[in-house]
Amino acid sequence: MEIAYFLGCIMNNRYPGVEKATRILFDALDIKLKDMEGASCCPAPGVFGSFDEKTWASIAARNLTIAEDMGLDLMTECNGCFGSLLEANNMLKDNPEKKEEINEVLSEVGREFKGTIDVKHFAQILRDDVGYEKLASIVEKPVNLNVAAHYGCHFLKPTKEVGIESSAEDPTILDELIEITGAKSVPYKDKMMCCGAGGGLRSRDIDVTLSFTKEKLENMQAAGVDAIVNVCPFCHLQFDVGQDEVNKKYGTDFHIPVFHLAQLYGVAMGLSEDELTMNNHLIDASPALAKALAEYDKLATE
Amino acid sequence: MTLLTDKELLNMDSLDKDFTAAFIDAGIESVQHCFQCGTCSGSCPSGRRTPYKVRQLVRKCLLGLKDEVISDDALWMCTTCYTCQERCPRSVVIVDIVKKARNIAAHAGYMAKPHRMTGLFVINTGHGVPINPVTKELRARVGLSELPPTTHMFPEALKEVQTICKATGFDELIGYDEETGELKPE
Repeated sequence: MEIAYFLGCIMNNRYPGVEKATRILFDALDIKLKDMEGASCCPAPGVFGSFDEKTWASIAARNLTIAEDMGLDLMTECNGCFGSLLEANNMLKDNPEKKEEINEVLSEVGREFKGTIDVKHFAQILRDDVGYEKLASIVEKPVNLNVAAHYGCHFLKPTKEVGIESSAEDPTILDELIEITGAKSVPYKDKMMCCGAGGGLRSRDIDVTLSFTKEKLENMQAAGVDAIVNVCPFCHLQFDVGQDEVNKKYGTDFHIPVFHLAQLYGVAMGLSEDELTMNNHLIDASPALAKALAEYDKLATE
Repeated sequence: MTLLTDKELLNMDSLDKDFTAAFIDAGIESVQHCFQCGTCSGSCPSGRRTPYKVRQLVRKCLLGLKDEVISDDALWMCTTCYTCQERCPRSVVIVDIVKKARNIAAHAGYMAKPHRMTGLFVINTGHGVPINPVTKELRARVGLSELPPTTHMFPEALKEVQTICKATGFDELIGYDEETGELKPE
């Protein structure tokens, strides 16, 4: 299986350990990730989608044509990119007038949206194309941690358009993917709540964003988790950088390490903190990694 | 004595029919289906901490209260989390309404500087969050290419993004100054 690998911005330009872990994971799963040379920002739905639909759809469509030219479905592991690209792809496939309007823009750069590929989320590919059985086979070191699953918003919603889960009130996909690594997905209050960063809010009003994040962190901490696991680099940044910002703003002392699902699989495959660039996170991940390793050693000697 | 003033009374002159029509024309006919139950506001994480009232926003868009909607900072407090839309018993595409209202607001000049800056980054680099020296070093350290194989690595691809932003007028919308590569002074 081959897939066009859409990078986006925050993963490759801030948390390259997520990209590294993904490349190693997909190697192990015999899926070829093909780089989408010259792809850009999805573009950021909060700003481009809010300011000008035509520009948003045109830049998204340009990215989609790169995958179309490769003849491959596209994979992203960012909920924001997923939302933007999936929505644009559906809109242009379903609406001939919009397609014509956007293709007129794209003709300026010698491109044409055809509507020949699908947009898929990383976690969706792990569930639907790889399958849980095969995934379990690449886990070398079960990660014995209690974690808070953070789904994020644009991974599943709007459910009618996305179709990964029939309802976003009580989904299971991320919890199941987490538990294959040996970690336990712990229930917590308002689990499906937004991290606070989306829709352009983080850059527009950081105080409001941080009040969302603080509420989520309180609920996660009350459940006694060792780490947060997400499937979106923007949520990831919000829980990592934002956690530090919450501590500074509110005088709190949250220190819950943050893993993208790809990094959790990296740990399960035995990759180091350095390879996963987790030692570059603002929130120190070493206590969680040390606990996971100690638990593993304990079980291995039993 | 009444507490109502003329200012607080709505009459037909207050309503902008073109504003309402903009939603219908954009395919958001479901704005008309709202029966104001308030499930949206009750579900809204932003409404719990800010003056953002999504139920009221939908009503104002349907009535055509354009100026009230587009000049309100609260319009930008939505994180587009879709909780309202998922729970709406009338299947109103609420987030589409928010985005359409924001598009009209932006085109009327209501744009925050940090948002315009994100637009500027995309025009200048192709990325809303461009690479920095720390990440370049990190990428190299773990064996990835120092620059990702995106517009960062391919200047001709960046040119395409810039051509698109010019063709749609996005550069003018955000006040991009091609000479300096910065935003024009407000």
